[in-house]
Amino acid sequence: MIPGLALVVGLVVGLIMHPTAPIWLQPYLPIAVVAALDAVFGAVRAVLDDVFDDKVFVVSFVSNVLIAALIVFLGDKLGVGAQLSTAVVVVLGIRIFSNAAAIRRKVFRA
Amino acid sequence: MPDDGPVHWRRMIRPRLSRAEAVVSLLTLVLGFALAVSVRSNDSKAPLVGARQEDLVRILDDLDGRAARLRQDVANLSRVRDNLNRGSGSSSAALTEAKTRAEQLGILAGTIGATGTGIVLTINDPRHEVGADVLVDTIEELRDAGAEAMDISGVRVVASTYVLDASGGLIVDGIHLTAPYQVSVIGDAPTLTTALRIPGGIVDSVSGRPGASATVDQRPAIMITSLHGQPKLAGASPSPSPSTH
Repeated sequence: MIPGLALVVGLVVGLIMHPTAPIWLQPYLPIAVVAALDAVFGAVRAVLDDVFDDKVFVVSFVSNVLIAALIVFLGDKLGVGAQLSTAVVVVLGIRIFSNAAAIRRKVFRA
Repeated sequence: MPDDGPVHWRRMIRPRLSRAEAVVSLLTLVLGFALAVSVRSNDSKAPLVGARQEDLVRILDDLDGRAARLRQDVANLSRVRDNLNRGSGSSSAALTEAKTRAEQLGILAGTIGATGTGIVLTINDPRHEVGADVLVDTIEELRDAGAEAMDISGVRVVASTYVLDASGGLIVDGIHLTAPYQVSVIGDAPTLTTALRIPGGIVDSVSGRPGASATVDQRPAIMITSLHGQPKLAGASPSPSPSTH
């Protein structure tokens, strides 16, 4: 409940404040956001499965973000940035979908 | 599988004040913030500002390729336009030339009227002493002097014009004419006048016939409206090999 509210609060603050991210950060922000979303979806599934552990969530959140950013950065340096970032986004998307499906099955029993 | 859907639903909704909850809330706060910032930066007027170098290079390559193709198109279309301009120009020049030629030939053939400077030769012949031979000489003399269009008392003189003696007058191209004969000529007036007035020329021969006289008037604008009908050639036809002189 409170994390949900916190998410909304963060969104509102971000939209109102209208900050601009630093240039060096801007290419990695979208990927990091998607990776964090994957961690959040995984956490919600864990709560519904009654196996939620805040430590696990924090670690998975931070590590997802860092690893995704690292992979994209490495890809840029190697010259396969576009392909690797596509791969990262695809994999995260798949995970988000499977978590969402599990959540749906738990909540709606359908 | 145990059916705990509703229980978990309620558990999720109920707020709990614990360290776990606080940490999770902090992270989701950051996530919301980052989400808003990402959407903003993607939405902004300068979407290329945060793009990766690879993406920028690819975009630049695409734009370069498109620019090269468009330059090619411009060159092609310019060439086509120039061709059309030139083509229409040359065809209109040919058209003008053909028109001019048609006019000149028409004047010579007597199929169109003509106007210009020239002279009027009036031959008075009350006693009908002037014969066809005089008129034929007159026509030849005037042609030698550069006459371009000629008319004898309303009959257009062309290459096939003939003059015959007839009772009381002359027959020109089948038309019976009586004195006085008015010969209108378009050409260089001084030259024509001189040619008619040379010693032993037309004026002299006419004056030599009893009772006849000839006068020459220079005019700045003579209009010849008489026409010679389209000739019907019975024997002649165009020769295949062209020769111009």
